Amino acid sequence: MSKRTVELELATPGVDARGEPLRVPLGVAEPDLGTEHMLINIGPQHPATHGVLRLVVELDGETVVRVIPHLGYLHSGFEKLGEYRHYNQIIPLTDRTDYLSPMANNVGFALAAEKLMGITITPRCTVLRVIACEMSRIISHMVWLGTTSIDLGAFTPFLWAFQERERIYNLQEMWTGARLTTSVTRVGGMMADVPDDFVAGLRHFTRTFPKTLSEIDRVLTRNAVWVGRTQGVGVLTAAEAINHSLSGPMLRASGVAYDVRKDKPYLDYETYDFDVVVGEHGDVYDRYLVRLEECSQANRILQQALDRLPDGPVNIADPRVILPPKSRAMNDMEAMIYHFKQVMEGVKAPVGEAYVGIENPKGELGTYLVSDGTAKPVRWRIRPPSFINLSALPRMAAGHLLSDLIAINASVDIVMGEVDR
Amino acid sequence: MKHVIETKTVSGQSPNYLLAKFQDLVDWAVNSSRANSLWPMPFGTACCAIEFMATAASRYDFARFGMERQAFSPRQADVLICAGRLPFKLAPVIRRIYDQMPQPKWVISMGACASTGGIFDNYAMVQGIDTIVPVDVYVPGCPPRPEGLLYGVLLLHKKIKGESLFDHVPRREEQPLDDRGLRLPPGEIDEISEPFGNSVHQFRSA
Amino acid sequence: MNPSVDALRATFGTAIGRALESCGDTIVYVARDALLDVMAWLRDTPEQAYDYLVDVTAVEYRDRERPLEVVYGLRSLARRADLRVKVELDPQGDLTVNSVVPVWRGADWLEREAYDMFGITFQGHPDLRRILMWETYTEGFPLRKDFPLRGRFSRAEQVRQALAAHPEAHYSMEELSIAEAYEELPADMKERLRRGEHGKLPDSE
Repeated sequence: MSKRTVELELATPGVDARGEPLRVPLGVAEPDLGTEHMLINIGPQHPATHGVLRLVVELDGETVVRVIPHLGYLHSGFEKLGEYRHYNQIIPLTDRTDYLSPMANNVGFALAAEKLMGITITPRCTVLRVIACEMSRIISHMVWLGTTSIDLGAFTPFLWAFQERERIYNLQEMWTGARLTTSVTRVGGMMADVPDDFVAGLRHFTRTFPKTLSEIDRVLTRNAVWVGRTQGVGVLTAAEAINHSLSGPMLRASGVAYDVRKDKPYLDYETYDFDVVVGEHGDVYDRYLVRLEECSQANRILQQALDRLPDGPVNIADPRVILPPKSRAMNDMEAMIYHFKQVMEGVKAPVGEAYVGIENPKGELGTYLVSDGTAKPVRWRIRPPSFINLSALPRMAAGHLLSDLIAINASVDIVMGEVDR
Repeated sequence: MKHVIETKTVSGQSPNYLLAKFQDLVDWAVNSSRANSLWPMPFGTACCAIEFMATAASRYDFARFGMERQAFSPRQADVLICAGRLPFKLAPVIRRIYDQMPQPKWVISMGACASTGGIFDNYAMVQGIDTIVPVDVYVPGCPPRPEGLLYGVLLLHKKIKGESLFDHVPRREEQPLDDRGLRLPPGEIDEISEPFGNSVHQFRSA
Repeated sequence: MNPSVDALRATFGTAIGRALESCGDTIVYVARDALLDVMAWLRDTPEQAYDYLVDVTAVEYRDRERPLEVVYGLRSLARRADLRVKVELDPQGDLTVNSVVPVWRGADWLEREAYDMFGITFQGHPDLRRILMWETYTEGFPLRKDFPLRGRFSRAEQVRQALAAHPEAHYSMEELSIAEAYEELPADMKERLRRGEHGKLPDSE
């Protein structure tokens, strides 16, 4: 009897030779169907992998037995390039690692470089950097919401989320001249102070943004499809999350109340009034709730930062670190010498090393700089939050359905530029 | 009437006004249909893919230019938009996707990294995707604004509308890899990939 | 200076090398052989409780005389304390150090990356192979100081090798099923797997 006939017989109840309906006798085991595991390949060019991630999935039927992520399809050699650049020349590179929250990356690098050089930034610069970080948090979470909702079958939130992004892009463009690759910080300050109508524009944004959030909340949070596809999917306990070194919303959704802004404060975050959003179940749904609420908290921080934005200079008054204004560099001999030395030789850092972790939208973005006294770092290491968060994906996806794998992968909130660097 | 016939010479055939008119009409119909209903295959890798998404979203909405349907399968696509940097590890992937697309097909190289390697003049990065696949339109910028991408798409429309079905030269031959496994001669690739501008000076560490 | 350093010295004695402070962070050097014990002790001792591994990376200095360092960033979430542990290796010699994956699962990919970029072998790692570069990459370890910025080969050769790679190469079914029992494999098969050969088991040859 060939395999095909066996399958046919199993598929149709049929009748026996005497015309009686065939029944499988009770207590007889099912014949061995000879199931084989199947390998399928998702990516690297696949709309649901959020970039060029490649997943090789071993399936038993539709159940995921094992996921093997293949990375490196966007490995661009950032860390090697950093060894050949002055500290200020690295800042444009940081834009392009996590390109969903470029301003926050700029801030992370500048803070590490300033820690290495022992620079204290001005009060106005501190508040402006908080604004930059929180704006980045909002646009990054908006991309996450939009793309994840597309993955799970809802197109509308994508359009709303990108509408909000465009509004922040307008503000970023007003400030830095670029929509995406902002390069907004410099070691010791910012590339520019905010323009006149920036504060009014951002205030308008913070007033109107909660409306979009509540719309997204209304569409998704109690949506039967959304809830059904996310609750109880990809669960990680708190102990597992810590052992896997997760950070950011992934860690907090598992119930660990660790936020770098609260626990190792930088940029005076301890003086702002905001809540650390903590989940309970550690599933995809909780990660969604955490990120949604973090958007409102970021909005709160933005409002407070706008209220307290002090006047004064944005750059420190050290001509060895900060470029002189163009007019002075053209007219004043001393300013021109400083300008020349900074452009040609760069800013030298003392021997030593510094690590600064900041709370990026994806998690803890660490910048580890080692200097041997020259103007170029010996080592520029990015602690990539989404790379480390993604390493828990095989653990989370095993045992779930293939369609859940898409939801789990989306919930990690990866950005391949940072995963592969 | 006479001067019209003389100026219309169709690919070396005898001048024939009606035939020329007919061919123009066919070209116009075919090219307009092709140009105005391009199905883009977004090969989005990095930052440019975010701007690509912004171009597809409500504010810029490239569906206005006939690109409503994004083909995530190369088999049903007309134009490959390489949005973002292309490391060597991804090179065989874009080559395979290009090979899988049916004729006629076009390629837009979006952004500085896809076009030249951009700021990534290092061990990991392909210095311009034209060493891997033929490119029709280069869109500069890091990343290009959505308007820039739309302008590139309109340039591609113009290019498509200038093509003719009746040219006897094989217009869009497949460009397979040669027996060395390269699209271009090695010397040409080395020349294209040479550092230029500021990156010439960036060999020195410390 | 972080008080954990004194506690470490009291417990491990000469296995703990010098300790110093840089920009407010405490760095302690640990002998290579004692690394795994020190790490497990730091995590499991209640007064230390460094339960969170921040980062694993390596640093090679421009000064060729200086040793290559493997850097571990540790953090105690409850005590909000940080400690940086370093192990020194001779860049011309044996780049081998024990893997901390048994202590923290999160070290898995970080160690693979350090292997990929610096060529450091982490002994006891469950699946040590290249993670960012492709497995048949032959140019070397990119973040080493003797590796030129643009790679060792000409651009044309790099393009040729990249295009010759098989875009669908993946672990075979057999490798997947033995990946969990990796440690029990014979040495030559481990070596083949490490080189990135696929789907060749003794039975099938």
